[in-house]
Formats: sequence, structure tokens, C-alpha cells
Amino acid sequence: MAELKGWKDIPIGGLVVEPGSAKKYQTGTWRVLRPVFQSENCINCMFCWLYCPDQSIVVELVDGKPKMKGFDYYSCKGCGLCANVCPKNIDPKTKQPAADEKKAIIMKPETDFVEE
Amino acid sequence: MPLKQAITGAEAVAYAMKQINPDVVAAYPITPQTPVVEYFAKYVADGVVDTEMIPVESEHSAMSAVVGAAASGARAFTATASVGLALMHEVVFIAASLRLPIVMAVANRALSGPINIHCDHSDAMAERDSGWIQLWAENAQEAYDFTVMAYKIAEHKDVRLPVMVNFDGFIISHGVEVVETLDDELVKNFVGKQEKIYPLLDTSNPVTYGSIDMYDYYFEHKRQQIEAMKHVPRVFKEIAEEFAKISGRKYDLVDGYMLDDAEYVMVALGSTAGTIKHTINELRKEGKKVGLLKPWMFRPFSKEEYQRLLTGRKAVVVLDRSASFGAEAPLYQSVKSAIYEVASKPQMGSYVYGLGGRDITPHHIRQAFEDAFNGNLIVDEERYLGLRE
Repeated sequence: MAELKGWKDIPIGGLVVEPGSAKKYQTGTWRVLRPVFQSENCINCMFCWLYCPDQSIVVELVDGKPKMKGFDYYSCKGCGLCANVCPKNIDPKTKQPAADEKKAIIMKPETDFVEE
Repeated sequence: MPLKQAITGAEAVAYAMKQINPDVVAAYPITPQTPVVEYFAKYVADGVVDTEMIPVESEHSAMSAVVGAAASGARAFTATASVGLALMHEVVFIAASLRLPIVMAVANRALSGPINIHCDHSDAMAERDSGWIQLWAENAQEAYDFTVMAYKIAEHKDVRLPVMVNFDGFIISHGVEVVETLDDELVKNFVGKQEKIYPLLDTSNPVTYGSIDMYDYYFEHKRQQIEAMKHVPRVFKEIAEEFAKISGRKYDLVDGYMLDDAEYVMVALGSTAGTIKHTINELRKEGKKVGLLKPWMFRPFSKEEYQRLLTGRKAVVVLDRSASFGAEAPLYQSVKSAIYEVASKPQMGSYVYGLGGRDITPHHIRQAFEDAFNGNLIVDEERYLGLRE
């Protein structure tokens, strides 16, 4: 998280005077549910990358092809759109949600990750 | 050479704006403000100003247009009254919180309902916590002078807040008085060029205006507004000093009349101060030590001035031209709380008068003073002047 500044150290009027500064704004703290990537089930269809409203899907090019690498939790708000559009999250036979171990993205409560 | 003109308060304000030659004026007609913009529109039509005049479909749009103009770095002006100001309400706060040095003339008029077009102060009082600087004129001369001074206050780097120039609807806006106007060049040089801060049109230094501000920074931005208001009394005094040099007219945070030895002090805003001065002259002839304290500036409310000027008086009578339903009237509330801890507390009385343009006469003012002379003031009792029981 970018360190929060005092009232004497910020531009007046709520003005944003640095272009692209939203990148520094940690929206990851808003997250209630965390998307967890299970790479062994991923088919790299890029649906999650396409739908993510916050550009929080980390993608790398391998041999000229995009590979899903996981999430940028600094910006991810945990909206769950990625899990919703992921084709691996539906069982092709029953058309019902697949079992967790078959999914490529599962949503877990943030509280599961709280460090003691 | 200063020019003496027989003009209305509305024309005086428009004349000052002609001399300032603002970049943008956006306004919507409403009684009794309309002549301000009518006079100004004529200057635009005659080509004596370079102003971009935007006729808008409502006051909400008028204030929105001047907010956009001011953010882009333009000098922007609007004028309104009463329910027009109420319709602006949302954007009035935005103008102040975006720290835009807008100037707005308000011909004070009662708020509806029942609908009424005449003078009282309920319109401006509804905006007193909006973050605007409020100046209050007693007559057309003061309305002219405050308009000339307004941009310098608003644009000052330690301030950067919008200024509302209040003048009583009809009484000042439509009453013809002799107004001494300054030379165009003198006004132009006095107002000077605006030092632009973060103009939107500076595309090589792009900035964002009006982005969402959450619980992590909103409070800090409000604190900055509170701080800016603290600078206003000092800045106003400096600018008033400068203005006195070119006009010979000296302004301050408050105007005192026969105040030095006064035992009984009346406090009132706007044109009624003239009637009070007249009544004071009469009462002085009868040997009564009476005086007037008229706020020229109501926001920010400079408590120190009231503490310094009111401690030790026998009584302070506050006249309000607006009511705060279920609470004390706004001016009374402010004065009373300002002198809460003065060394020698005066007796205090609250009088509401003139709602919806009801006349106030020397007889009413004398009546309030006499209550004070007779020790008949009750600090928690609100009384009414000119009201039928």
C-alpha cells in the first residue's frame, strides 16, 4: 500500500496531478473473496484476462502464446468475474459448477489467508 | 477619475464585472438577480467585454458551467438568487471543494414556500456551510466594491475559494443610488492577471478534477478547506488595504458605526444596517450610547473580531433576516457562540425580522434597542420585529 499522506502533503481540491497514479492505489484491500489460480486445470483461453475490470490477471507470453500466470493481488478487488467466466468452472456433462479440484479459479474467503 | 453614477445595485455589480472582463459568464434568470445578467449581456452584445456568455437551462447548469470554466483556468462569474441558488446547491459545494476561485453575485431573496420574490437572507444562509466566502453589502456601493475585490480574494494562493457577494434583493438590486465607480484601467490593474493553478487546458501537465475521494483522503481534503478559510481574514484585510489606496474606501471584516463608546450594540447584515445607522443617529441625540456592528464578511466568521468588539458591552442585539426552524437564527447563533468566553459578557437578544421582504422601519429597531435599555432581553428567547400576533 502506498503510504497515506497528511493533508499538508497532497494537492488541494482532491486533484490528481500525476497521470496514471491509479496504479499506485491499492484496491486489493477491498477484497472479501480471493481468486485462487489452479494452473493445472487452466486451458489459457484468456477469458479471465478479457473480462477482468482491473487488469489484475498476470499473463506471460510463452513461445508467442499467452499463458495465465495468476493474479495481481495489489489491485484485484475480488469481484469474482474471472471465476464466473472461466469455462473450466462448469462441469461439461452436468452443466453444473464443477468440483473445486477441477476448477482453474476458485474463490476463497480472505479470512482463510489472514496471517496469525 | 472616479465617476459618480446613479445606478441600481444590479447595474453596479454588472459594471464591476464589465471592468473585470471575465472569460466566462453562465447564468439563468431569476428575480431579483436578472438585471445583473441583463446588464452584463448588453456589454457582451456591444462587444465591450470579451466574455463567453453561456445561456444555460437552469442554475444547476450555470454553476456547473462556471465550475468547468474555472477548472480550465478561466475567470468565471455567475449570479443568482433564492431558489436558483437552492437549485445550484449541489454544485455550490463542488465549486468550493474543487477550490475554484469563482465569483457569484447573490441578490438575496426568500426561499419558497410559499413562493415569495422579496428580500430575506434564507437563500445565502442555506449555503453558509458550503465552503464559500460570503461578503455582505449594505448598499450598491459596497456591492460594487466587493465585486471588484472578490477575484483577488478568491484567487489568492493561500485561499483558492469561491466568493459570494450578497446584496439584498430589490432593496439594493433594484434601488437606484449614487455609486462611485473607479476607472476601468485602475480596476483592471487592481484585479490583475490570474495566477493559474492546475488549469485543465494545460495539456502538457494533465490533471484530473473531480475524481472519487474515499474514506482514505476525503477527510484530508476537507481539512485543507478548513485551513484555507483560516487564511481568508488576513488575505481580505490585505486586499482591503490595497483597495483603500485606489478607492479611498476602507473595508474590514466588520463595519462599526458609533461603536467605540456604545453600551448597546446591534448586529445586522445587509441593507438594514443603513436603517439602523439612521436610528442610531436619532437615539444618540437622545443621549443613548448605541452602536452598530455590521459583518462585511459572514463566512468565514471571524470570532476574534466579535470577541474584541463585544466584550464589556451592556447588551448585544442581533437581527436576523432568516430563521433556523427549531434552532437559533444563524447570525445570532454565530455571535452568541463567538462571545461564549469573553471576559465581560453582554446581555443578548435575538430578533428575527423582514422575512419575505417585510419592511423594517426605525420604529422596529428602536423597539429592539428599548428592550435592551430596559434590561428586557432573554438570551434564549427569539423575538420578532414587524410580525402580527
